[in-house]
Amino acid sequence: MSARMDRTFWIWLGLILYILACVFLSRDIDWLKSYPEALVLPVAPVMNNGMVALVDSFGSVFRAISWAMTWPFTWIQQLFHWLPWPVTMALVAIVAHAAQGYRLVIFALISMSYMLITGYWYQSMNSLTLVAISVPLAILVGFGFGVWGFYSKRAERVMMPTLDLLQTVPAFAYLIPILLLFGFGPVVGVIASLLFSFPPMVRNTVLGLRGVSAVVIESGLMSGATRAQLFWQVRLPSAQRQILLGVNQATMASLSMVIVASIIGGTDDIGWEVLSTMRKALFGESLLAGIVIALIAMLMDRITWGLAIRESEYNNEEPPTWRQRHRHWIVAGVAFVALFSLSAIVPALHKYPEAWQYNPAQYLNDAINYIIINYREVIETIKTVSFFYLMLPTRIGLEQTVSPYTWGFEMTAAFTFGYVALFIGLMGAAFHYISSRAAIAVALFGTIYYFGLTNIPWLAMTVVFIFLGWRLGGWKLALGTSLGLAFLLLTGSWEVAVLSLYMCGLAVIVSFVLGGAIGIWAAHNDRVSAIVRPINDTLQTMPLFVLLIPVVMLFKIGEFTALIAIVAYAIVPAVRYVEHGLRDLPEDVIEAATAMGCTGRQLLFQVKLPLALPIIMLGLNQTIMYAIAMLVIAALVGTNDLGQQVYIGLGDGDFGVGMIAGFGMAIIAMIADRMTQGWSKGKRQELGIS
Amino acid sequence: MIQETSSNEFDKGDVKLSCRDVWKVYGATPDKYFTNRSGRVDDPVGLAEQIRSDGHIVAACDVSFDVHVGEIFVIMGLSGSGKSTVVRSLSRLVEPTAGEVILDDRNLLEASKKELIDIRRHKMGMVFQSFGLLPHLTVMENIAFPLKLQGVSLKERQEKAQQVIELVGLEGRESSHPSQLSGGQQQRVGIARSLAVEPELWFLDEPFSALDPLIRRQMQDEFLRIQQMLHKSIVFITHDFMEALRIADRMAIMRDGVIVQIGTPDELVLHPADSYVAEFTSDVPWIRVLTAADIAEQPSGPVGGLPSVDGDTTLEDLLSVVCGSDDGVVIKSPANGDTIGVVTQKGLIEALAKGVEAQHVDASASKL
Repeated sequence: MSARMDRTFWIWLGLILYILACVFLSRDIDWLKSYPEALVLPVAPVMNNGMVALVDSFGSVFRAISWAMTWPFTWIQQLFHWLPWPVTMALVAIVAHAAQGYRLVIFALISMSYMLITGYWYQSMNSLTLVAISVPLAILVGFGFGVWGFYSKRAERVMMPTLDLLQTVPAFAYLIPILLLFGFGPVVGVIASLLFSFPPMVRNTVLGLRGVSAVVIESGLMSGATRAQLFWQVRLPSAQRQILLGVNQATMASLSMVIVASIIGGTDDIGWEVLSTMRKALFGESLLAGIVIALIAMLMDRITWGLAIRESEYNNEEPPTWRQRHRHWIVAGVAFVALFSLSAIVPALHKYPEAWQYNPAQYLNDAINYIIINYREVIETIKTVSFFYLMLPTRIGLEQTVSPYTWGFEMTAAFTFGYVALFIGLMGAAFHYISSRAAIAVALFGTIYYFGLTNIPWLAMTVVFIFLGWRLGGWKLALGTSLGLAFLLLTGSWEVAVLSLYMCGLAVIVSFVLGGAIGIWAAHNDRVSAIVRPINDTLQTMPLFVLLIPVVMLFKIGEFTALIAIVAYAIVPAVRYVEHGLRDLPEDVIEAATAMGCTGRQLLFQVKLPLALPIIMLGLNQTIMYAIAMLVIAALVGTNDLGQQVYIGLGDGDFGVGMIAGFGMAIIAMIADRMTQGWSKGKRQELGIS
Repeated sequence: MIQETSSNEFDKGDVKLSCRDVWKVYGATPDKYFTNRSGRVDDPVGLAEQIRSDGHIVAACDVSFDVHVGEIFVIMGLSGSGKSTVVRSLSRLVEPTAGEVILDDRNLLEASKKELIDIRRHKMGMVFQSFGLLPHLTVMENIAFPLKLQGVSLKERQEKAQQVIELVGLEGRESSHPSQLSGGQQQRVGIARSLAVEPELWFLDEPFSALDPLIRRQMQDEFLRIQQMLHKSIVFITHDFMEALRIADRMAIMRDGVIVQIGTPDELVLHPADSYVAEFTSDVPWIRVLTAADIAEQPSGPVGGLPSVDGDTTLEDLLSVVCGSDDGVVIKSPANGDTIGVVTQKGLIEALAKGVEAQHVDASASKL
């Protein structure tokens, strides 16, 4: 073991020297510094030509589908607008009650009153129309594929990687082909959200059907079930809960995509409201509309979640009467008739009068201005410190960052010497007190911080990543990593991909360190845990878009803002998994360690954290995935990475550019995912947890 | 290899289910070892060895036994001995690699899918160790489920389900869900469900193993009570030797896929076929297993005026009676009341001493 560790240590040390050599050599050798243009393949034009050909030959088919889908869309939209608001409110409240009881009813009523009062009812109904069409479609399609994948191993083998791709390619990227194929209009949003939201349904369906215990199947068979009976009466009901969780996830994915799709415009929905006001720097309006999205998201989440885990009917000893079983339908019917007739008499109940609206956007704007003016210095300090001391060095290196303007002094040889000495010292300390791995991490960080991620030559970075892939996932992952990196190089996306890596990597480190600390705190303090949980829930259910608003309000547009927005989202899994991992440890081990006389600190660092490591690793995995998902959204507020490329592709209708950037992000996400999962798996095997 | 030492009343009855030369081999190419489906081979032990050395797993090796009408046939073995595979082969939940399973002169292994479903619907019931209840259905719905699959009308299936609910003592819990019941109650639901279709064959796969010892004992009594009323032909799987002794009419001991011995509990205890079986019997409290009939002697004088007990009284219960009667106790056949013989104080002490000695010998034999 230790001999092996030592060998790994030396290999890493060799790699760091190799990086340094590459950096120094690249100052004179151009093709080492940046990947030669001559070797870039013209992939984007080829893709564009293919797309044009496709549109030319099959365009009419797609447009016909689009046209056909416009009808149900229009009907549902008209239905939602035709229903008097008290009727809609009552119906939603009844569904909320069926899902989770009175507390959710109160939340539903408050949320919908908010939409009415702030005057976003109309836009909200338009957004709901999109969701109302795409969710049932996604559920049907996802369920169908899920059942197919369950019965056919071969189908599953093809399906799962495709789903991976659909979920990791950023949402904006597939708006482009959809736009080109289906043309403008609300249907684009529906189709995009369908593509994005059916994968979780497939996964949960397969998972649920697989998870039905063998003995339940056997008991069904012994009861004489035919194949069809076995499926509909045994497998499906037993898997019901998992499948309904799939419905919940599909709904949430659909909603977030509907919001994203509004970027194209064409529907006067709530996402468009947020985006257009944000572009006009009307932050108050934007925030108020954003809250509507968050409320809708939370409400839908609670309702579908509640329906999935509903157990209330399992608890009564007496068999429910017909009236008890159908009480929600009865109440809904009565409420519908009563409120509908009432609204025919009282006009204010038919259409919410504008005079009753109250939109405090102006006050919000004033408040924001007040904050910005009065706390300008604080805000600016936070921004400059992070920018000059953290972001810039990571990106272009201390070497180029340090100047009288930024750090207050010139870059000198003495400074460099001091820096090197400091890091060698740190390395020694890490080696001595922690492990050889920690020492390697310190050395890598020191190297990157000094030269900057963008100044590490491609030849150095690819070798490091392929080696990492081999260490964590064997030759298969090494091969996959090589292919992925080759795609980035050959399509000429390397430079922007490195910028994505920089944004994402930095955000992940910040999220993970900060989130981990909060997680540890929450694991040891119930009150902190109780405070953190609802915040996490909210951050997680909130469509990504909305997170941008407050950050942009305070810090204006720029890379720092993007970073904060990513961290705000990616910190959630870090907190959650660390807390969960630390709380969910085998009681006997903790007791044994305490009995040995561990101090609190020893217990945490030498027992709990190592044991919880596999789960914490999954948290890191999720943190990375969340960060990458947010990366594209963050491109809206000013970054130069792949996310921005996707956005540019969308803006210009350039299928090739947008799609390549989208695939590039998917590649980064998948490599990071496989690597962290490989690491976690290795750790789990070491600890003997399956 | 199989030592059949049986001399039991059930041997005289009709055979309900016959399991003949059943093999189950897991692996890449299990079929290549069998030229015909009958499973009859000249040297099963040699074949099993060959199959295993090829990297296949032999879960059941040439398993043969008969289950008579109204008999409780217990298959006892430790985990991994193949007993679950065998009981699943009987209903083709597991498809045997070779052999015959004959139910009422019909080889089940040749039945079509449709016929098989029909047989499962009407002739078989099965109880599972981990219950296998459908979580979304109530007790009533779970029990009526097999009837529902057959397309029986709601009213009729509720009536039938109600009958078995009363049989297993679950009145009042009809509209509960499985998650609201204790383990013992859940297994009652499992038992009721398997009986709802009035099967002729009843398979029980370690039905009480997941329960607490006290509940287990209670459920065994309950099971015996139900069987006394219904007279099903039963295959009962267990890993608990004492449980097997308590309930079996005849039992088989399995090890590594092979049946080591078949016989009545008494026969197994008194004449274990090899040291493996002896190891189980060595823990048996003889005083509770041996019956008065087992140790009865020919009377040496007149028996008039002596107290009498039934032949199936255990020695434990016999002790107090013999204590109070210096001249011995008359043992009568439980079936017809004929005198079998007498047990004297001396005879009882001798039998116990011998039992202890035999136990001692067996135990040391098993250590060799």
